[in-house]
Amino acid sequence: MQPFIRVTGPAAPFPQPNVDTDVIMPKQFLKGVDRKGLDRGVFFDLRFGADGQTRPDFILNRPGWEGARFLVVGPNFGCGSSREHAVWGLAQLGIRALIGTSFAGIFNDNCHRNGILTVTLPATLVEDLMARVRRPDANGLTIDLPEQAITVDTDGLTIPFAIDAVRKDALVQGLDGVSATLARHAAAIRAFEGGHRQANPWFF
Amino acid sequence: MPRTLYDKIIDAHTVCPLDDSGQLLLYVDRTILNEYTSPQAFSGLREAGRTVWNPSAALMVVDHVNPTASHRTAEVADREAAGQIAYFRENAHDFGIELFDILDPRQGIEHVVAPEQGLVMPGMVVAAGDSHTTAYGALGALGFGIGTSDIEHYLATQTLVYRRLKTLRVVVDGDLAPGVTPKDLVMEIIRRIGADGATGYAVEFAGPAIAAMSVEGRMTVCTMIVEAGARGAVIAADEKVLAYIQGRPRAPKGLLWDQAAQAWLALKTDDDAVFDREVHLAAQDVAPMVTWGTSPDQAAVITAHVPAPDSEADPSRRAALSRALDYMGLAPGAPLDGIAIDHAFIGSCTNARIEDLRDAARVLRGRRVAAGVRAIIVPGSTQVRAQAEREGLDRVFTAAGFEWRQSGCSMCLAMNDDVLKPGDRCASSTNRNFEGRQGKGARSHLMSPAMVAAAAVAGRLADVREFTPFEEVV
Repeated sequence: MQPFIRVTGPAAPFPQPNVDTDVIMPKQFLKGVDRKGLDRGVFFDLRFGADGQTRPDFILNRPGWEGARFLVVGPNFGCGSSREHAVWGLAQLGIRALIGTSFAGIFNDNCHRNGILTVTLPATLVEDLMARVRRPDANGLTIDLPEQAITVDTDGLTIPFAIDAVRKDALVQGLDGVSATLARHAAAIRAFEGGHRQANPWFF
Repeated sequence: MPRTLYDKIIDAHTVCPLDDSGQLLLYVDRTILNEYTSPQAFSGLREAGRTVWNPSAALMVVDHVNPTASHRTAEVADREAAGQIAYFRENAHDFGIELFDILDPRQGIEHVVAPEQGLVMPGMVVAAGDSHTTAYGALGALGFGIGTSDIEHYLATQTLVYRRLKTLRVVVDGDLAPGVTPKDLVMEIIRRIGADGATGYAVEFAGPAIAAMSVEGRMTVCTMIVEAGARGAVIAADEKVLAYIQGRPRAPKGLLWDQAAQAWLALKTDDDAVFDREVHLAAQDVAPMVTWGTSPDQAAVITAHVPAPDSEADPSRRAALSRALDYMGLAPGAPLDGIAIDHAFIGSCTNARIEDLRDAARVLRGRRVAAGVRAIIVPGSTQVRAQAEREGLDRVFTAAGFEWRQSGCSMCLAMNDDVLKPGDRCASSTNRNFEGRQGKGARSHLMSPAMVAAAAVAGRLADVREFTPFEEVV
């Protein structure tokens, strides 16, 4: 997993509430057995018209936002289906962090398993950032994860954020979750399993 | 200290805490794998040369991409779907996991199949690569959806890195009125608390209306509460749950059953436990519901009208409402029961169990689907299909003009060949009315199976209470 330490780049506003993973990654991109080519599928019906041409009005197709590394999003972003394809696609498109008031649970976990940071902030701060990144000349942000801070490049406004220690550690180090769990906890899992089997023999 | 049922289940599955913010290593008892969210997890195991920690704790079911045409074949025509199914079979074989393949008489939608087989028991944690895994709360288990990376983590370690959730109790007093179903109740809950109303929470359902509800009805409620953002649902097990599980293929037997039953009935929220939040509803206030928008919380009673964007104070929600009406092709103020449909679909993990099919059949007996409406029933599992045929329900459906299909997820998410065209409008017993969910540009109205049956007959959204003399069928 690509480590997340300090990332600088443009941010795009995406204020709609309840953006679901069907919209982020439509069904026709879910039928592979690998992770390839999903950058094409992200927001497919918003980015591309019926004729396959890019839609110039869509935010990520507009000058100043087309290379966005961050999205400032509306509440409950990523709701619906568990499809991790949505997050693989966002990562392949170059998105490194999402900033919003709330994220859907499965989607949020999927982001952190793939090196995408989600930052949860109070509504007033999200609205403030949203207003700034609507201006293509003022939408540059720097996110410093070790310092837990977002900085607006044009005026130096700095917003601190909270993150669970486990998540921060995994993102900063770019940890492979399975390797880390097996290396640190395999013996504890086996010991736990023994007791769990004794307490609930009908489960096994 | 008094504890909630959710906290008891989490405590009993905690291998160790991972930090002081609530992250912990959670032991998971079971998973059910499908062909579309699992392939990359197995590839990850292959690339790292890992095995599955406990293959007997997993079940693999083909459900999302298989066709549901009434004549069933082992191979599917769609090249990409065939590729996913072929790799699924290879993974089942190579990793030693039981597979219910397309022609297996136990095949069906994973959340219908797992309870049917007795694989889900009170007190379990079940995590699976499908958001509607919340279904298992109906059996007193904690179920929740996970992504593919976490499927791989589960397969390799039998655990997940998990953050303890806040708790929300939804208490439903009173009785549901005739013609009002568990689907209407959960749609009303979602309408009331919003599509993010339970984000960050595990929900426990309680109260007389839940106690009076069948186990299948509870599955409808628990399955769909994920549409309010709940990352898990639980209902304390009772005698109904024991009766549901006893005798199923994977249920404990003999002395072990007696011990299990005793433990399961004791597993519930302590009387003075405190929830982070509580919501109370009166069941008698719930009426048949339909969605009019593109988010499951954009719903109303069938006797209501399409809302006006001006009624929404928040600017971004107002914009979302306008966009939804535009997508749905609806005008503010139009009566919901005047909306004409082209398609009717009864299916999905939320509403395709035998009780759902009986409900629909009650409305359809002696009636015909309206001209110009294509109507389809996709049973939740092959066993549900067989049961319905034993009861003669299939003849009721086909006589009414419904297509009687094989099992799968089908038009709930339209990953197979059951896809609507742009502009098609569908009355659907499913759980998501997102833009493009049932086909690009297609318009979905969610409702109960009986309401879909009524809409199919009327050719428009309709109030099921006008269709069936319910006092005669109670």
